[in-house]
Amino acid sequence: MAENTYDAIVIGSGISGGWAAKELTGKGLKTLMLERGRNYEHIKDYKYGTKQPWEFEHRGSTTIEQQQKYPVIHRGWAANEAVMDCWTNEQDSPYTEIKPFTWWRSYQLGGRSTLWGRQSYRWSDFDFEANAKEGWAIDWPIRYKDISPWYDYVEKFAGISGAKDGLPHLPDGQFLPPVSLNIVEKDIAERLKKHYKNQRHLINGRVANLTAAIPGRTKCQFRDRCWEGCPFGGYFSTQSSTLPAAVATGNLTVRPWSIVTRIIYDKDKKRATGVEILDAQTNQTYTYHAKIIFVNASSLNSAWVLMNSATDIWEGGLGSSSGELGHNIMDHHYNLGASGSIEGFDDHFIYGRRPTGFYIPRFSNLYGDKREFTRGFGYQGGASRDSWSREIAELNIGGDFKDALTNPGSWNIGMTGFGEILPYHENKITLDLQKKDKWGLPVLAMDAELKDNEKKMRIAITMEAANMLDVAGVKNVNTWDSGHAMGHGIHEMGTARMGLDPKTSVLNQHNQVWDALNVFVTDGACMTSSACVNPSLTYMALTARACDFAYNELKKGNL
Amino acid sequence: MDRRTAISRVAFILGGTIIGADLFISGCTGDHTIDAQNILTDAQISYLNEVGETILPKTAASEGAKAANVGQFMKTMVRDCYTTENQHIFFTGLTDFEGLCKKTYGKGFLNCSPIEKKEFLITLDAKVKEDKKRDDLLQQTEAEKEKTSQASGKPNYIKKTPPVPYFTMIRQLTLLGYFTSEIGYKSIGYVPVPGRYDGDVTKI
Repeated sequence: MAENTYDAIVIGSGISGGWAAKELTGKGLKTLMLERGRNYEHIKDYKYGTKQPWEFEHRGSTTIEQQQKYPVIHRGWAANEAVMDCWTNEQDSPYTEIKPFTWWRSYQLGGRSTLWGRQSYRWSDFDFEANAKEGWAIDWPIRYKDISPWYDYVEKFAGISGAKDGLPHLPDGQFLPPVSLNIVEKDIAERLKKHYKNQRHLINGRVANLTAAIPGRTKCQFRDRCWEGCPFGGYFSTQSSTLPAAVATGNLTVRPWSIVTRIIYDKDKKRATGVEILDAQTNQTYTYHAKIIFVNASSLNSAWVLMNSATDIWEGGLGSSSGELGHNIMDHHYNLGASGSIEGFDDHFIYGRRPTGFYIPRFSNLYGDKREFTRGFGYQGGASRDSWSREIAELNIGGDFKDALTNPGSWNIGMTGFGEILPYHENKITLDLQKKDKWGLPVLAMDAELKDNEKKMRIAITMEAANMLDVAGVKNVNTWDSGHAMGHGIHEMGTARMGLDPKTSVLNQHNQVWDALNVFVTDGACMTSSACVNPSLTYMALTARACDFAYNELKKGNL
Repeated sequence: MDRRTAISRVAFILGGTIIGADLFISGCTGDHTIDAQNILTDAQISYLNEVGETILPKTAASEGAKAANVGQFMKTMVRDCYTTENQHIFFTGLTDFEGLCKKTYGKGFLNCSPIEKKEFLITLDAKVKEDKKRDDLLQQTEAEKEKTSQASGKPNYIKKTPPVPYFTMIRQLTLLGYFTSEIGYKSIGYVPVPGRYDGDVTKI
């Protein structure tokens, strides 16, 4: 094999990039995985994961210096002492907000796979068929039956815990035992089931945490410190799961500090021949060649790579011939929900700290439910007892106050909605050629917003949350809606969508770029609609499926 | 961190908001130039440990704030996580605190009896609670303004925040410093590696 030449190149090392590397190396392909940021080694580089919480200098708070350097991360809960090193340096890598857009990035090995929320849900045909049935945007080129075996496949390897709930709109999978609900949640689940005549369900959150050991990994220890990096490998990340498998094949090369600046395209063969990278530390340019290229740089950056490629042929870049590259950006809108207090369980306590809570799957616009908006939303939530940080009326100082705080407080419950965002052509990202990053590369400009359907849905999300808590007997029910800037759901999707027609989509049904069939995009960029469930499991399944297809095509000599 | 935890952290409220955690935007204004090494002297740290011990004293059940060295924790937090504006409130407050104590009891805080110390802090706390009603109203209005601003395409609206009373700072730092210390974690029965989850434990 010639120097700098591989069978496959994978751009990005997050959830989907890790899967691509594992699958391709597992099939015997010599694979180069390119990561634009630092190396971040399992366990060894988890700065806080093995420390006791009282060993954190600021006990979790961020410093004024960090607040100044990371304004976007400080727009929400992502700012915590334990993970500040994991977030992308906002000074080095700026972006432009034509409309408000919250972009939480992690430029390091594993990407956001060490930081993610781990909620893992299958899509159903209610989701895959929605666009076609409503005549909205374009149809998905696949259906549930196409992806179902791949869900099975990735669930078994990643380790997803959950209960078989028998809901057609939230298909069951290959689950490890569920993380259990607590007594209050079980009580509320029963009340909801009864009140809504089995049309609404409060179920165990399905989560990529191991409730039983699988080869090479220890089960979850219920510390609830996942995102600091788990020394037990108790949850799915590139580091704990796909990377060790890829490394074990002997076929993987990982190159950190590698910013892919473009995919090299041969217009005569209509194929990509490799990639050009900029070494983020030395600013040197290198070229690598391969037969197939998997683009897994995360939705927005995958689009960025395509926009910067083959611009001598297409001004808008590789995949832009449809006019859809960078368009149709979606997310899940949230930052709203309801909470309240629970009476009657003061003698019941909790042991351990779960890595998940409950989930209330979508019920709107299903089975006869009709709304003044289309699609739906789900809720994630939990019931728990107040901690020491609660207010105790009339008791603020002294020994009795302290001793009271050391005991658990009253029970409360909270839930936050996650709603589907429709694909709108005018919601888009473009290159901002005026602004450059630290390496002199153009940055992305975000121009996307919630529209009428989402706004109507938000009213229903808070209203239904309050209704459900009310009928379940919850007291002091409050709702909140803090507004939602696009991107804040950290579920960016759709910038290089799949479809049946090269005139209206960037990718075909196998995630191949129509204009370069040996280039596959299998991260969130490929999504044709967003559903309302957390998307990462679907990226895993689509990636494994596309890798299998790519390998077979290679064998047949088609690529 | 999953969103459920996020919710509980948003609800991390101690008669107001944790200072330094909710001042993200205002934290971006002005310089942050107070010399790190000189902001709290050892004597001041001991002094604050005594104040902290009055808020969370040693009891039969557990050690107090002094044993957890909350004074040292305050130094770290005020130095690194407080805006210049809040640092100023904190330090001016320390002087005011001692001055008010002398005026009330004819002696400095360290020379007061435990009963006087507690009584003094209860008076300060009552005042803070009174002022809080007014401040809550302002914060509500500002939150609405922020939402309107974001909806009209300006993500970084700078919220006006009422100045935080120094005693709120001291009390919050005491609670945060204590309950996030090893002693504090032990006082609440923290198990570092629970190994399992049981959602219904009934006390025997």
